[in-house]
Amino acid sequence: MSEEVKTDLQEQDERAAMNAEAQAAVDNASSYEFGWSSDIEQDFAPKGLNEDTVRFISDKKGEPQWMLDWRLKAFRMWEAMESPDWAKLDIPMIDYQDAYYYAEPKAKPKLNSLDEVDPEILRVYEKLGIPIEEQKVLAGVEGARKVAVDAVFDSVSVATTFREELEEAGVIFRSISEAIKEYPDLVRKYLGKVVPMKDNYFATLNCAVFSDGTFVYIPKGVRCPMELSTYFRINAENTGQFERTLIVADEGSYVSYLEGCTAPMRDENQLHAAVVELVAMDDAEIKYSTVQNWYPGDEEGKGGIYNFVTKRGLCQGRNSKISWTQVETGSAVTWKYPSCVLNGENSVGEFYSVALTNNYQQADTGTKMIHNGKNSRSTIISKGISAGKSDNTYRGLVRVGANAENVRNFTQCDSLLLGDTCGAHTVPYIEVKNPTAQIEHEATTSKISDDQMFYAQQRGLDEEEAVSLIVNGFAKDVLKQLPMEFAVEAQKLLAISLEGSVG
Amino acid sequence: MLKIENLHAQVGDTEILKGLSLELNAGEIHAIMGPNGAGKSTLSYALGGRPGYEITSGGVNFDGEDLLELDPHERAAAGIFLGFQYPVEIPGVSNLQFLRESLNSQRKSRGEEPLSGAEFIKLAKEKAGLLKMDMDMLKRAVNVGFSGGEKKRNEMVQMGIIDPKLAILDETDSGLDIDALRVVGSGINAIMRKPDKAVLLITHYQRLLDEVKPDYVHVLADGRIVKTGGPELALQLEQEGYEAVAA
Repeated sequence: MSEEVKTDLQEQDERAAMNAEAQAAVDNASSYEFGWSSDIEQDFAPKGLNEDTVRFISDKKGEPQWMLDWRLKAFRMWEAMESPDWAKLDIPMIDYQDAYYYAEPKAKPKLNSLDEVDPEILRVYEKLGIPIEEQKVLAGVEGARKVAVDAVFDSVSVATTFREELEEAGVIFRSISEAIKEYPDLVRKYLGKVVPMKDNYFATLNCAVFSDGTFVYIPKGVRCPMELSTYFRINAENTGQFERTLIVADEGSYVSYLEGCTAPMRDENQLHAAVVELVAMDDAEIKYSTVQNWYPGDEEGKGGIYNFVTKRGLCQGRNSKISWTQVETGSAVTWKYPSCVLNGENSVGEFYSVALTNNYQQADTGTKMIHNGKNSRSTIISKGISAGKSDNTYRGLVRVGANAENVRNFTQCDSLLLGDTCGAHTVPYIEVKNPTAQIEHEATTSKISDDQMFYAQQRGLDEEEAVSLIVNGFAKDVLKQLPMEFAVEAQKLLAISLEGSVG
Repeated sequence: MLKIENLHAQVGDTEILKGLSLELNAGEIHAIMGPNGAGKSTLSYALGGRPGYEITSGGVNFDGEDLLELDPHERAAAGIFLGFQYPVEIPGVSNLQFLRESLNSQRKSRGEEPLSGAEFIKLAKEKAGLLKMDMDMLKRAVNVGFSGGEKKRNEMVQMGIIDPKLAILDETDSGLDIDALRVVGSGINAIMRKPDKAVLLITHYQRLLDEVKPDYVHVLADGRIVKTGGPELALQLEQEGYEAVAA
């Protein structure tokens, strides 16, 4: 017996066990597994958006003047901007004055460990069923793989675990609100550097009203001793959530960051406009993984999250590497293009994506690989799965600057269609200004065949298990990029999201 | 074990099985031979419960149960295995994962405990050895990049792992060279030649029957069994052709 096989299967066993744990937590759910809302008192900013809202948020967080000034500048900029309409998305008018921009749990906990978190909040995490490793951490399981959790419950980061061990390594892992106060110079140096304030409508809005988020700094030569993880949830009715994440990896450092999201069921659409900025110096590597399953709306297309996210990484240094992996199964509307600006020589950008849409979901997602550095390389693997009456668009740009010699890019876009009322679209943009570049683009569109379905069912799988198996096989090249426990979660999500879509 | 009575089945508007009756007892191996278009593959799909193969009349009883009431995966769990004429590719899913999930799904519906990774790998290794298949093949995606012969051999490894009561093997011999045929033949014997099991071998040729000796040979023509005999019937078919024998 080869060792490798054995390991594979042991892994599968562990996965099965973890699946069972997760299953127990989500079993009581129906069409949307995470549709509940918990009763935690909230402290709201007054409804609507004006300078006073911005001041309220800044004041609530006790921010320094420079931060308030920055927000106000963004707000004024945003007022003069218009919502973009180039994506293949049908978005109803959003009334920005009819939403709340800030909500925090009323009794703001000041905690050193997750044990002290409000049991109601813990119950919410439990219901998620998703953060398997985190559940172990929450439960205090000995020997559980270490994942540091910075839990963002609605807008406020309630607790950060493993802070001490991280601090020993010199890693800074804070809510961005804390970081603004504790490390103002560091935050100020990088905030808005990768995604400029005026970048786009939603990013500018985020600059004005961002509620909380995460700041990570990995010092020179440090390999972050654990995976860093944040869970976002949107819990209050009609609150936009505006997360702000900034990760800086200094020379020769490495960090793997995991972001997972779920939101409870609501009837009205909720707006989410996050900004994530990554900076990698010489020889540094950042791996950023996302599993997103926000409420997609019901089977009639009512409700659901609007997800307008700006994620961008800057490979500033030589031999730096930024890798985005995303599994997107949620949201009514997704508008998201995690990108890499490859300025450093020999820098590497990667984008691995699975986007699944069902019912009336719409996703317009992809990446931008901007090659400015010599010998920079990028890989794009995009797997789109469409079911129901949904539309799924890959939109990607590969740009090679005039001075970037010997750039290489490989792009593969595969679409899988379930049924005949959904759409898959691929929109590649390729702009090459240097003749030494080698750019490859492959694209396929396929359906799950009757042959595959019957074959799998004849071997003993029921219809949903068969679809799940085939879809997971289709997405495997991306799923294998995820840390294992998140791959399990992602596989489960794909299956859950497709329930009822066949037959 | 299996009793097919006056089975009529159609695909679209075309009736393919026109009153087929057949009975298999435990411990028996039956061969079905017949010309192209006689309904051999339709019979195997109809027994497997493939959508699109509509049973218009007649009945099928399997181990005392009305087989036609069951969904395809329930028929599998009840102990029916189809060896496909054209095994299907499932990209991104390894054979091991596919088989383990399938087997455990069957076991679950039978109220049995799932096999652990270690138990499963031991089983898979044993069956792969029986069919002289490299374990590395089982780590690869289901049938992807397999040659015709490898796919057929893989079907037999799957049969070994799943360990059905009844195997319906649709032209398992096609695409196999002489050596592979011998390996597959002895594999079928080792796995299925048991007092509590039965095999329905669908084939065009005598050569597989040299390896797997049938107890009965049936000639299927125009949707019915037109003649039944012992192993000598296959030899007669080989020499005289279907038309002469079935007439």
